[in-house]
Amino acid sequence: MTKEPASHAYAKNLAFRRKKARVFKYMCFAASMFGLVFLFCLFYNIFSNGLSYVSWDFITHFPSRFPHKAGIQSAIWGSIWLMGLTAIFSIPVGVGASVYLEEFAPKNTFIKIIEINISNLAGVPSVVYGLLGLAIFVRWIGLGRSIVSGALTMSLLILPIIIIASREAIKTVPDSLRYAALALGATKWQMVRGHVLPSAMPGIMTGIILSISRAIGETAPLLVIGALGFVPFNPKGPMDSFTVLPIQIFNWASRPQIEFHKLAATGIIVLLVVLLMMNSIAIFLRYKFQSRK
Amino acid sequence: MEVENRKIINEQVSRIRSEMKEDVAVEGLPIMLSKDLSLHYGDFHAVKGATIPVYPQTVTAVIGPSGCGKSSYLRCFNRMNDYIKNVKIDGTIYLHDQDIYDASVDPVSLRRKIGMVFQKPNPFPKSIYQNIAWAPTINGMSDRMDERVEKALTKAALWDEVKDKLHQSGLSLSGGQQQRLCIARTIAMEPEVILMDEPCSALDPISTGRIEDLIFELKKKYSIMIVTHNMQQAARISDFTVFMYQGDVIEYGPTDRIFTRPEKKQTEDYVRGKFG
Repeated sequence: MTKEPASHAYAKNLAFRRKKARVFKYMCFAASMFGLVFLFCLFYNIFSNGLSYVSWDFITHFPSRFPHKAGIQSAIWGSIWLMGLTAIFSIPVGVGASVYLEEFAPKNTFIKIIEINISNLAGVPSVVYGLLGLAIFVRWIGLGRSIVSGALTMSLLILPIIIIASREAIKTVPDSLRYAALALGATKWQMVRGHVLPSAMPGIMTGIILSISRAIGETAPLLVIGALGFVPFNPKGPMDSFTVLPIQIFNWASRPQIEFHKLAATGIIVLLVVLLMMNSIAIFLRYKFQSRK
Repeated sequence: MEVENRKIINEQVSRIRSEMKEDVAVEGLPIMLSKDLSLHYGDFHAVKGATIPVYPQTVTAVIGPSGCGKSSYLRCFNRMNDYIKNVKIDGTIYLHDQDIYDASVDPVSLRRKIGMVFQKPNPFPKSIYQNIAWAPTINGMSDRMDERVEKALTKAALWDEVKDKLHQSGLSLSGGQQQRLCIARTIAMEPEVILMDEPCSALDPISTGRIEDLIFELKKKYSIMIVTHNMQQAARISDFTVFMYQGDVIEYGPTDRIFTRPEKKQTEDYVRGKFG
């Protein structure tokens, strides 16, 4: 019976291995719960503070120094203007750059340097983009502290994210589709327009919407380029001065009166609803484009 | 220039015919001729000087073990290798009198005349109708499209199966139907030559049989060059056979002779199934 000790050792070892697997599973579970717990803490805090101020008046009123009269209409319109212009600037440039890099660019050192730099740009702190926007758009080009300056700065901020997401989406399009199009006498542009972009569209859309919802929440670069904290009017055009939701929230939160802190919480609720809506649109569009195939 | 090319083609064809030592069943000049065609992937010499004619309304099969360079060779005929990095091509290929590697030739318009069917069925993720209609549309042949689509699908022996669901996705079809859709898509462009790169290797025997029947039909109008690793398939459908081994063309000739009385030992070993 020489086998017996060996199999005994095996059984013992197996029990230990199982235990290790179980411990690992719970550790991973704890890790995934960690963020969720704090999210719910945040929700609780915000809703208990801010829910009492949620009303139609809050959305339709302009900011005021009296907390019960204050609202966020100008901030909502500012955010809408800013997002619209940011989308107009960043989507064509971002998608164009990713199409060039994936489909047309030669594989040389210059292109590699561009690619590495795009990845680096995605990691640059947003306040640095604010300084860049202040120096170039506000002062040098002379666009002033306007929505256009803000939108251009935001475009720079989210361009790397759009490019990286679009490139990943374009990479997932199988080469067999490209060859099929080329073998039928298509030019490269016809191939990209007819098959590569439509197939990559869900991924590109998701990247765009997620990066724009990131831009909605950004505060630092807009503070640097000089978005105002107190704007009692709606922007009439792209050259107007403006405020946006997170800046209005920041402004209220930094006031000493406790009522304004509650208003800040209410503003956060509105911002969260907007973000949730945008993310749902992203999911919906993704689903729609995928099921159409 | 073209007169010069014709002279070269004539010389090559008469040399090939004299080497074959017997009558070729077809008269006249080949529609395509590759002359001393070599292909390098970086340092790797994948095709080593192939001189092969493709005659009108015939099927020319390229056989050989995996990695012998037969697919690379086929892709030279419509310049699909242009899109692969580090490829260097020496020698040339003629379509009629035209050197297709000449600087004046636009590969895009060349591929309109030389269609290609790939190893794995690759229909576009669009409707069956759009799969056929896309290429004629982008090439400016969009008049009477319904008729063109029906004609192409009929010729590809697919019309009866899909006529009631033309607006369903091409991906909803079975593998064999998808491959016939890809053939129909190619036919819709009215090419002169159809290149097929192992078109049946991803299909079951019944679908394979239908594609082979189809190739037999298509031969009446088009010139077909087919790469296959299935020797029985080459024997069944082709008029001429090229045997390639490690980048070299070992033997070229009428199919029945290649399979019954091969001249080279390597060809004989391969068609008898001793290797490959």
